[in-house]
Amino acid sequence: MSDGDSSSTDAGAQAFFEQTADGDVPDASWKDRGYRYFDLYLAAPFRVAWSDWRARIGTTIIVFFVLLGTVGVRVVDPPVMNEGELYVPWFQTTEFIFGTERFGQSIGKMLVHSTPAILKMASAGILFAVGLAIAIGVVAGYKGGTVDYLLMTITDIVMIIPGLPLIVVLVAIWQPRDPFIVGAILAIDSWPSLARMLRSQVLTVREENYVEAARAMGVSTRSIVQKDITPQLMPYIMINAANAAKSVIFAAVGLYFLGFLPEAGLNWGVMMNQAYNQGGALANPMSRGHWLFAPMLLLVVFTMGLILFSQGMDRVFNTKIQAKHAKTVEDDDSL
Amino acid sequence: MNRYARRLFQSVFTLFVVITITFVLYRMMPNGPIEAMQQQLVSEALAKGENPDMSYINHMVAIRTGIDPNTPMHVAYYEYMRDIILYQDFGQSIAFNAPVFEVLFYAMPWTVLVSVYGILIGFTTNIILGAVMAYYEGSIFDTGSTIVAIVLNSIPYYVGAIVFLAFLAFQWGLFPTGGRMYPDSTAGFNWYYIQGVIHHAALPILSSVLIGFGGTALSMRGNCIRVMGSNYLRVARLRGLSDGRIAVRYVGRNAILPLYTQFMIGLAGIFSGSIIMEQIFTYPGVGWYTYDALVNRDYPLLMGILIFFSVITVVGVLIADLTYGLIDPRANTGEKEGY
Repeated sequence: MSDGDSSSTDAGAQAFFEQTADGDVPDASWKDRGYRYFDLYLAAPFRVAWSDWRARIGTTIIVFFVLLGTVGVRVVDPPVMNEGELYVPWFQTTEFIFGTERFGQSIGKMLVHSTPAILKMASAGILFAVGLAIAIGVVAGYKGGTVDYLLMTITDIVMIIPGLPLIVVLVAIWQPRDPFIVGAILAIDSWPSLARMLRSQVLTVREENYVEAARAMGVSTRSIVQKDITPQLMPYIMINAANAAKSVIFAAVGLYFLGFLPEAGLNWGVMMNQAYNQGGALANPMSRGHWLFAPMLLLVVFTMGLILFSQGMDRVFNTKIQAKHAKTVEDDDSL
Repeated sequence: MNRYARRLFQSVFTLFVVITITFVLYRMMPNGPIEAMQQQLVSEALAKGENPDMSYINHMVAIRTGIDPNTPMHVAYYEYMRDIILYQDFGQSIAFNAPVFEVLFYAMPWTVLVSVYGILIGFTTNIILGAVMAYYEGSIFDTGSTIVAIVLNSIPYYVGAIVFLAFLAFQWGLFPTGGRMYPDSTAGFNWYYIQGVIHHAALPILSSVLIGFGGTALSMRGNCIRVMGSNYLRVARLRGLSDGRIAVRYVGRNAILPLYTQFMIGLAGIFSGSIIMEQIFTYPGVGWYTYDALVNRDYPLLMGILIFFSVITVVGVLIADLTYGLIDPRANTGEKEGY
């Protein structure tokens, strides 16, 4: 049913239905509505996901890193030179658990103060990739026809263009230093797969009875997409937000490590770069390797948290949807 | 036929878009290479206390980038396209003072060697591992492998590369720390040379294997378990088909099908990853030149690399896509249901 048909609906009936549709939130305060959205979009999926051990561990790790980047930065002093001996190995002294680097700065403190940049890049990447994917995937799936064809052609093209070389070229031209902009650029190839997945989910959801009923009642497309379809897709969106964050962090640390990105502040990749270029950590893994391996360890743990989170969510929510639409699960089992 | 024609058209169109993007990035971007170089030359002239001469500066920019800033944009676009498509002319590399195509052409086989072996070995081990895990579902082996797969999946390939390089190459000296052949070997069909190539490529390939490791095995495991629970498999058993036939033709084939797309995307990822990988291993393939190009602001080379990676990915995906019909005959029959 197209929008054209809905305009022919009896105006009175439409007004009646619209009133009832909005009737349960007429005097809801801004706060109430905020809470309602929070509950519907974020809290509810989390509550379900908590039943899976993977999601539990993943969430714990993610929360730990968020705290490290927000509270930890305020609690732990910034590193200063000559705090300790040079090149103290890790796990030797209680004062410098992660050891020190070549100027005697505490690597542990450096790690803490590196985290905010990583979190900023990850959140910018999530916002950019997920936002674009939702816009394109949901619209393509719901509208269908030429819009769908055009949007999916664009998606396929971006999916095939090799991401890293494109990112390197963009970075070379723009020389971004702000972590938010770096994150958004690095997410440039993270959205197509989510957009495709969302589209196929929308194709299933839009067949549901209640969506059809809403359409028959003349509810606007925008409202159907926002209120009826998107909440259904929230678990997928969260899974892919975690995946997007993972790939952005992978790429960011790798590119900072090798010096492809202009150096700006401290982050794990910059630390690795210093250890590699100035510390000779690679050639002396036993005596200086800890400078290089400590940020790598944090990177691996954080990534593992994101992966466990997305796998746990996937496990919990896919079974539900598998049971409901057993014939559409064909391409839903990617991690 | 229709499907093939459409895929072919889409691939060509994708390449067209990529070349256009490089053109736009290169020529029309505010603060792009041209403007940056112009500004640099103007400020250099001002620093010397001279009056900047725009025509001289444009001339210098034209020499260093191969672009004449005075050419109208549509003419420049036409010439850019024509040079690339008809003459494979990607311009002149500023840093190496050689045609970009030549630089990349000599580096290409090494990148292909490492990437193709990386993905073939990685994919095969993953599929076999996933199938075995599914076969022993619920056993200690299954649980253990699942955990190992998740852990390995969280390790970025370059982290694996660094650890391999630090210990296997620098600490214990089992593998060379860089390069692509023994310096004293002569290229040709002799064992010493081949041994050197294998020895040098081993670590990059091992790290490439890590790129997709874990994830594919877990998907394969899930697919196998799903297929094993399906009704047609029960029918096959009731018909008395041999276990080998069931494992390979029924379970294997149906479980691998959904992974085919993953394989295609992995192909793109592995080639892209060579930018980071070859830099770590100082392995002079195409990816290795990226850093040089970046540091020297060698934009023609950088654009050439982007186009090169796009071509190789598009061709790889196209081949995979066109042969998909061979492993899944359903793909050839009719369109997907329209909506």
